[in-house]
Amino acid sequence: MEKLTKDDVHPKIVQALLRDTDITIEDALENEMILNMGPQHPATHGVLRVLLRLDGETVIGCVPELGYLHRGYEKMAENMSYYEYIPHTDRLDYISPMANNVAWVLAVEKLAGIEVPPRAQYIRMMVAELARITSHLVAVGAFAMDVGALTVFLWTLREREKVLDIWDILCGARFTNSYTRIGGVANDAQPEALAKVKWFIDQFDDNLTECEKLLNSNRIFIERLEGIGVMSGELALDLGVTGPSLRASGIEFDLRRATPYLKYDEIDFNIPTYTEGDSLARYFVRVDEMRESVKIVRQILEKMPQGEVLANNPKKVLPHKTEIYTKMEELIHDFMIVNFGINPPVGEIYHAIEGSKGELGFYLVSKGEGHPWKCKIRSPSFNNLQALPHLVKGHMISDVVAIIGSIDPIMGEADK
Amino acid sequence: MELKELIQQKLNSAFPEANLEYSEYKNEFCVKLDKKFIVPVCKLLKEDEDLQFLLSEDITAVDWATRKNRFTVVYHIFSLKNKFRLKLKTDVDEKDCNIDSVSSVWRAANWQERECYDMYGIIFNNHPDLRRMYMPEDFEYHPLRKDFPLLGIPGSLPLPKK
Repeated sequence: MEKLTKDDVHPKIVQALLRDTDITIEDALENEMILNMGPQHPATHGVLRVLLRLDGETVIGCVPELGYLHRGYEKMAENMSYYEYIPHTDRLDYISPMANNVAWVLAVEKLAGIEVPPRAQYIRMMVAELARITSHLVAVGAFAMDVGALTVFLWTLREREKVLDIWDILCGARFTNSYTRIGGVANDAQPEALAKVKWFIDQFDDNLTECEKLLNSNRIFIERLEGIGVMSGELALDLGVTGPSLRASGIEFDLRRATPYLKYDEIDFNIPTYTEGDSLARYFVRVDEMRESVKIVRQILEKMPQGEVLANNPKKVLPHKTEIYTKMEELIHDFMIVNFGINPPVGEIYHAIEGSKGELGFYLVSKGEGHPWKCKIRSPSFNNLQALPHLVKGHMISDVVAIIGSIDPIMGEADK
Repeated sequence: MELKELIQQKLNSAFPEANLEYSEYKNEFCVKLDKKFIVPVCKLLKEDEDLQFLLSEDITAVDWATRKNRFTVVYHIFSLKNKFRLKLKTDVDEKDCNIDSVSSVWRAANWQERECYDMYGIIFNNHPDLRRMYMPEDFEYHPLRKDFPLLGIPGSLPLPKK
């Protein structure tokens, strides 16, 4: 952290800082200052810059500055085909790329009216839930590390590594998966991948309990989080907060239940909710959600039907590579789709899924061309971060770190 | 009564002069309205006991480039009570490129409108803190407009001196 003078900060930001407080001080105290945190601060989970107005060590104003990772993905989407954009969704929430892939193809399928075979839907559901587990593992681990419990980070990342190995078998990549395709998934889930998923969820519960023991009986951890960054359910909803952070404030809102997509209406699961609304509750919700995800994955493995994983819709769905090299029709369709795109009918849709951070939605406008006319990403991290100034007000500088960790923003997604 | 009819009925009786248009595409219900009415309509949708659209999911704009009303501002709002998503659309012309801010209705609209202003240059009247969201404060252009080239404008972002 470095201390800034007023000249270093853009006048509009200073204005916002001065306006952004309910606390009025008649005579500005001598120790009042503006502190710059980030964008290269390790505790801000990426390139989030937070400007704090401090009175001693107490935060009396906070202005988050976004845009350090702004790559213009919405602009790029307008200039490429629907297929080409799949790898770019990996780079939004880079902790759970699978969930982004699923969200994107679901939106495009709704726009183009493509029916997906049930096996593909189950596979998508499975990878989305595993992505949620990896994301929450990183969130909990990094969160604990931020408040000083370093061991848990290594333990949760060890678990995450096992899921990354599953990704490796499923699609050949560990991080940037690009596994889903419009109309299905890139390739069928192999028996060894499913066996590994089964092995993973069987041993996961015990390992998670071990991590939990380290934290739940850790007095420093509990005391640093309890009552820190309290947000009422009403305020959270008003600020557009979704996902675990909203459910920690006592509002049972989960898009998997509210607007069921894929096959979530056939699955039995609970929505963990806490009423405290503080940083500790947000941690508890994440841990409980991992357990629920394990439950969901177990049911998926039981219910997953056999069959095709790619829709039979040659004008809109890319054929498999082996068929392109051997069959004339498939070669023609591949050529047409790659060069001219899938041309969904004129119209606009919004489709959102419950991503690991909250509501992840895509708003697409088609003019009947091969590329979208407009693509808007409704990213959960962006909207959740808006709660930050309200949460940190009145707390100490060290609590800011804990609160950012409890919101779990991923800047790749918040900045697009 | 079905919720869509209820929304139509409530809005029509509260704003008889507003000339609201209703449409539905792929199960998404949409209300098109004049930009003068955006704040009272949103207020009613949020505060009505039966509707309770408490969550503002997203605010964005579409640049139609060649149309007479160049921009359409699109709001997606969600009612947790009814598990129902509603889309509001209103046209904004380039010559009169402003619309009333709904940040007094939903606080979430604050950043959502800031992003929209940054990307499209639409001014939101009465917005408490209308600054750019992503681009630097002294950037002159609005990158998601269709006349902004994909590769950017050379010289628009200052580079470090030699």
